[in-house]
Amino acid sequence: MRRGPLLVTFLSGAAIAALFFIPHYRAQEVNSKLLEWTLVVYAFALILGSISLWNSHVRKMKKRAEGWGYSVVTLSTLLAITILGVWKGVGEGTPVGTIYDNVNSPLASTMFALLAFVIASAAFRAFRARSVEATLLLITAIVMMVGRVSIGPLISPHLPGVTEWLLDVPNLAAKRAIALGVGLGAVSIALKIILGIERSYLGRS
Amino acid sequence: MIETWVAAFLTLCVFSFLYKDNPFYRFAEHLFVGSAAGYLLAVQWQNVLLPNVWTPLARGRDLIVLIPLLLGFMMLARAWSKGAGIARWSIAFYVGIYSGVAIPGYMQAQIFAQLADAAKPWPAGWAAVNSALVLVGFLTVLAYFFFSAPHTGVHGAGARVGIYFLMVAFGASFGYTVMARVSLLIARVQFLLRDWLHVLPSP
Amino acid sequence: MAWVRKLLSIDRRIIFLLVAAGVVLPLLFPLNLPVTLTPRVKAAFDAIDALPPGSKVLLSMDFEPDIMAELMPMSVAILRHCFRKRLQVIAMTLYPAGTGLGERALTTAAKAEGAVRNRDYAWLGYKSGFQVVMIGIGENLRGMYPVDFYGTPLDSIPVTRGVNSYRQTAMVINVSGSSGTDYWIQFAQGRFHAPLVVGCTAVMATDYYPYLSSRQILGLIGGLKGAAEYERLIDDFGDARRGMDAQSLVHLIIVMLVIVGNAALFISKRAGDAGGPAAGSMTR
Repeated sequence: MRRGPLLVTFLSGAAIAALFFIPHYRAQEVNSKLLEWTLVVYAFALILGSISLWNSHVRKMKKRAEGWGYSVVTLSTLLAITILGVWKGVGEGTPVGTIYDNVNSPLASTMFALLAFVIASAAFRAFRARSVEATLLLITAIVMMVGRVSIGPLISPHLPGVTEWLLDVPNLAAKRAIALGVGLGAVSIALKIILGIERSYLGRS
Repeated sequence: MIETWVAAFLTLCVFSFLYKDNPFYRFAEHLFVGSAAGYLLAVQWQNVLLPNVWTPLARGRDLIVLIPLLLGFMMLARAWSKGAGIARWSIAFYVGIYSGVAIPGYMQAQIFAQLADAAKPWPAGWAAVNSALVLVGFLTVLAYFFFSAPHTGVHGAGARVGIYFLMVAFGASFGYTVMARVSLLIARVQFLLRDWLHVLPSP
Repeated sequence: MAWVRKLLSIDRRIIFLLVAAGVVLPLLFPLNLPVTLTPRVKAAFDAIDALPPGSKVLLSMDFEPDIMAELMPMSVAILRHCFRKRLQVIAMTLYPAGTGLGERALTTAAKAEGAVRNRDYAWLGYKSGFQVVMIGIGENLRGMYPVDFYGTPLDSIPVTRGVNSYRQTAMVINVSGSSGTDYWIQFAQGRFHAPLVVGCTAVMATDYYPYLSSRQILGLIGGLKGAAEYERLIDDFGDARRGMDAQSLVHLIIVMLVIVGNAALFISKRAGDAGGPAAGSMTR
């Protein structure tokens, strides 16, 4: 029962790729409409993610699995904020806006701030000059860490220039090759999907 | 005032993980997941479904909107195992569109434009040395990523040079990553010291 | 070499304390070290500065609270520059959780520069779909955004009146914490030829040098340091510049940790201490 969906993938993919190059206003209207539809389907894909989260925590609660009490926190918050947001809006000055500024923002930013500590610990324990390649990486990282911040020019006035050269020459060369590789890979995967060679996104039959 | 205390309490709950895992951290973690998912749903409703689906349908009787709406509801069927077959149609449409979009996008911006820039004439003077180095680096890194032939002989030597270019690039990325992570911490400490404890002057 | 072994297996929490001290002390006792300018940030500033007053600029603030520390001061600095230059800003986000942040950046900058919503800027809010939205804006802005964030039709807003694609804007500025920037390059710049300036997290900054070389992007503002440079260029002393002393000190601490770690390992090897912890667990 995959033939139909594969045909849909082929038609939508081929159409949107072709319409990209056709400047006629009718073609652009069709293109615009398809994009608007995708925008709506994308929103539902994100809603699906929240439903999956809901289901997994409900399962945890039903089974009284370890830490199920925390699932109550997740589910009640999810429900409350969704209802409040749909009812009262999400902008500044609304209840959800206030919750966003004082709950979501500090929690998300502090979670990521923990990484500063972890990266320092990791640098001390694992960043070792064991080979020529590792030494090159290590020296570049040190030069960048010192040369890009305010202390750099105080240590040596040449440091900012060195960091600029490292970014503009060896870094640019390597990143360009990576970008080209990623580009070729993305195009080949997209072609395989449109032509029905790659089908894993449809799941098992 | 109370909001700042709530934000500070939650910040400290998360930082408490640095000592060891504890109930305060786990509470904050689960609260974050719930609030983020709830906010996401509310924003989808207010910013996408309301203006792009509900309003055209209710005011303009734009019935063509029913097509993406139907595809969207079919997508939700994936939440239940028996609905996988129904959701497949929506996923097929969605994946098809994004695949179609990817082809010209990557071709133009990441393949042709970068190849054109790599092949442009070198400037006069010492800048030509840098341009030559960029070209050598580009070709040797490509040689390293070319796995269809064994890395021996000239190809192997090129790939070896390519690794050195890659290591310098990764070193630069590592230095910048450290910078990014430290910046995140600075902002949280600024919040605690200025907005909560008031030991730093307000901007 | 017992002391080396002891040093290499130091409790991670001691390292954490060092890092915490490195952040707190310079904030309490600032040295106000000068912020050096780099050519890529200057190029971004110059590109925006060269736009004539009244030009319309599309600014997409594609980030969420996790990385707001870097991108919020950057967004505010760019917006203040735009408002000072009397540019009209059409702002949006492609992240659902970026909705509150984008609005906050706009109101902060508008308050500082006396800008007024709808006259000097419009806040379109969030739309789902990344590439789809970017192409959609190029085809028909109103198809993607029939109304702004507050439900006002775009034709009723002076800033957005007459704007229906990139063609009516002088520049696109993307402040982003994700690969969304790749898509702005592919579509806004590649497909619709809009001049593009990028502000991104430091993690991403090194990846965009090829696009600077090919002039697909006109300027690059990377991380909090880039934001601090931009603040200096607009003669402001915001959160980014205030954080630069701490940034320097913590970098020095991490560099010292790397050097000490390597030196201790070297000494341990020279002494033939095979039992020494070479690269210990990061969770110790």
